[in-house]
Amino acid sequence: MTYEPVIGLEVHLQLSTKSKAFCGCSTLFGQEPNSQTCPVCLGMPGSLPVLNKTALEYALKAALALNCKVSDFVKFDRKNYFYPDLPKNFQISQYKWPLSKDGFLEIKTNNVNKNIRITRVHLEEDAGKLMHMDGSSLVDFNRSGIPLLEIVTEPDINSPKEAHDYLTLLKNVLEYLEVSDCDMEKGSLRCDANVSIRPEGEAGLGVKTEVKNMNSFKGVEKALEYEILRQNELVEKGGRITQETRLWDADKELTISMRSKEEAHDYRYFPEPDLVPFIIPESEIEEIRETLPELPHKRANRLVLEYGLSEYDAGVLTSEKTFADYFEGAAKGHDKPKALANWLMGDISYQLKLRGLKLQDLKVTPYKLRELVRLIDDGDISGKMAKDILIEMIETGKSSTEIVSEKGLSQISGSEEIESIVDAVLRENEKSVSDFKKGKEKAIIFLVGQVMAKTKGKANPKMVNEVLRKRLEYREV
Amino acid sequence: MKLYEMTAHELRDKIKNGEGTPLDITESLLERIDKTDKKINAFISVDRERMRKKASSIQIPSSIPPFAKGGVGGLLATTSLQGIPVAIKDNICVKGENTTCASKILSDFKPPYNATVIDKLESAGAILMGKVNMDEFAFGSSTETSCYGITHNPWDKMRIPGGSSGGSAAAVASGEAIMALGSDTGGSIRQPASMCGVVGLKPTYGRVSRYGLIAFASSLDQIGPITKDVEDAALLMNVIAGYDEKDSTSADIPVPDYTKSLINNIRGVKLGIPKEYFIKGMDREVEESVRGAIELLESLGGECVEVSLPHTEYAISVYYLVATAEASSNLARFDGVKYGFRSSQFTVHSSQSLMDMYNATRGEGFGSEAKRRIILGTYALSAGYYEAYYLKAQKVRNMLKMDFDEAFKKCDCILTPTSPTPAFKIGEKLNDPLAMYLSDIFTISANLAGIPAMSIPCGWTNSGLPIGLQILAAPFGEETIFKVAYTYEQNTEWHRMRPRID
Repeated sequence: MTYEPVIGLEVHLQLSTKSKAFCGCSTLFGQEPNSQTCPVCLGMPGSLPVLNKTALEYALKAALALNCKVSDFVKFDRKNYFYPDLPKNFQISQYKWPLSKDGFLEIKTNNVNKNIRITRVHLEEDAGKLMHMDGSSLVDFNRSGIPLLEIVTEPDINSPKEAHDYLTLLKNVLEYLEVSDCDMEKGSLRCDANVSIRPEGEAGLGVKTEVKNMNSFKGVEKALEYEILRQNELVEKGGRITQETRLWDADKELTISMRSKEEAHDYRYFPEPDLVPFIIPESEIEEIRETLPELPHKRANRLVLEYGLSEYDAGVLTSEKTFADYFEGAAKGHDKPKALANWLMGDISYQLKLRGLKLQDLKVTPYKLRELVRLIDDGDISGKMAKDILIEMIETGKSSTEIVSEKGLSQISGSEEIESIVDAVLRENEKSVSDFKKGKEKAIIFLVGQVMAKTKGKANPKMVNEVLRKRLEYREV
Repeated sequence: MKLYEMTAHELRDKIKNGEGTPLDITESLLERIDKTDKKINAFISVDRERMRKKASSIQIPSSIPPFAKGGVGGLLATTSLQGIPVAIKDNICVKGENTTCASKILSDFKPPYNATVIDKLESAGAILMGKVNMDEFAFGSSTETSCYGITHNPWDKMRIPGGSSGGSAAAVASGEAIMALGSDTGGSIRQPASMCGVVGLKPTYGRVSRYGLIAFASSLDQIGPITKDVEDAALLMNVIAGYDEKDSTSADIPVPDYTKSLINNIRGVKLGIPKEYFIKGMDREVEESVRGAIELLESLGGECVEVSLPHTEYAISVYYLVATAEASSNLARFDGVKYGFRSSQFTVHSSQSLMDMYNATRGEGFGSEAKRRIILGTYALSAGYYEAYYLKAQKVRNMLKMDFDEAFKKCDCILTPTSPTPAFKIGEKLNDPLAMYLSDIFTISANLAGIPAMSIPCGWTNSGLPIGLQILAAPFGEETIFKVAYTYEQNTEWHRMRPRID
């Protein structure tokens, strides 16, 4: 019997608000431990939470972009459990009334489109961070209280590849909204997976395990591959899958049992009495909907129509918002947008990768790239020269015109100047001229090379070719 | 009359007339504390140096505008308790001062911040005296569960002062404090005020900021004044009431000047008498005193109407589900990880597990009533029981609230006894939690409904124990309460009674 995997994903996302969800502390990453705390996020007795309006707004943006039905009734619950990184020993979260539910995201895996349904998107607070050293444990509460979005899917994912594609698209969409930096390494995006298998074609759900502790999208894919294989082998051997939580060990590339269902917490959810439930007016939700940016797949379609790009190129450019923004910054009103796209996806991407830079760090602004491409179009420099100039632009931040004039790199395009050099070369290379006349087509390549050598590469090769042919035609041997 | 025996408004006049200084008042109180607190045990801590320093620093302007006149704004608000010492219940955070909730688990806890009410008192010129005793985490009606010992009733030292704000009420009644802050979750201001013969007001939920009040049950807790008379309660309310952006449950509604409601006239005021509150088994002397008070108010122009609060019988059951559920969660943070007490069995490199540390710390740190309530509340919220207990209780709570909404369509305020009995003997109910819980039978509904309620003295038993009259009003109806209470007080002498403490 063949089995089909069934996967549901639970993503926790730190919202990139300046201050925490329920107090005014900064959310800046990588600061001195416990330097960004106050009585509220330390859970000191007597302190009370006050909701950060921006966190709510970001959460609503995300929910709307994920096609969710947004609840106008906002209410928080307490999730009670003891852990040293949780200063109040309860987390302010949403249980009965999530901010939104019933959304979806359309992914494309192996050229097949598929809707992944989103069960709910809700707002909660992050916990602190435990650090273990020298046999003791320390807590850093800088992270405590950072607004967290929980995004839960239905069990609609049927392969590790689909899971990877869902996460990639989700990250893409959230980056477009500018509500999170979605950095899995910094922990601002975290993902748990519920995995089960069932005989192919069946509709019911098998017993699931929850897999935690993946710290990259690739890790999610690998952990899922491993867990599906483990479950398959177990069932084939006649074993039974038990409901449990398993941890992914990225070094050993396997999952280990952490706790069984029996040990699962009873979170004793109940309404958070320190925060008053309230209604968001319909008009405010609509206002937020109107401020939503154009999302990636829509933008890709537009790039095809507006700039005549191929679907593939548009897809690549929109896969990161910064690239699409850069492209449009350079291509607006430009007559060769395709050339700009090629530079961006080719040389610029290559140089970024080579140097470990991000596009937003690049000294070459969209305007400067546009100038560079214009110089090529005008025949002032060759494409090959432009590649070298680009590197210098990246290193120095200078514009292409500055570099060209400083180094005297400008291509010789004046026909009179070229004509006189061509004449000199023809005089000096009688042998090649007669070879050409005898029908040796290749001789012209040598002659072009000679002209280029004389001009130290500054001549426009196309023009040199044209002048040479014209001269050779009329020349008597 | 000695300075310590006076009310805040009398002392204000003394200061104004140059007949006494804040330092004189402070010394008078400290002397009184030295003399009587060994017997009463109202205070957990008295910060004498802080008091003297503050008292000496107060500059008395040559002419202070009269208190009862003018608005709450401007000079009046900022100086309205100038030089008046105030005792603070030990569950209200004062920056840098021990704030223990009378629990071992918070012994030595010094908050790095002030409660909002403390900031307000300080900017009004009040002198913070120190912290007064209470039932551990305000769990109780007798101030017998404090880890700092029992507080004694100034009228009979063999009896309890009521609770949980027993330290606040006993300090004010015994002349150890001029006024005090208490907190009220199910009657914790009104019941001890009643048993100590002083005035206690639980404001409307949301009227006074809870920021810095160590939570017992967040949806029920309110801070309020315990004073020697109604006028002082109005003065203290003028200072502590108001919206606070740090407390999401505080009401953004303007605060009236409560001293303007100190009017000796209740002509036409409709007094609701709930038939369900005069129950069988109520102490005869309590019933007589309260009925006497109602008759007096009627003779002063009030119009009595019978009202019904049909769901009253469920109030205690509802309360002990909602309050304990919230408390079980609120008290979870006391775990030995961050502050307060940690079991001495655990050192930094101890090999025992985290769970062992939690168990030992909470096992040793909490008293038995606190443990009882944490267990009760945890149970009420547990999977499979939530619907039957917590959720059901919230539904009944709504019905209780609707009872009051209906009743206040027919009347302006409701009159009831504060407590079914006068102060009982120390130890009498300590091992009978259900009997102890019944002590709050008349006060609990106001917390569940979120409405304001005041207790004022309305008589003494033959054996010399005070009896309290409770006046309840619709949400934000404190002005009505002040008017009725002030009228009663102006036509009686009970508020002048002072205990003899030998």
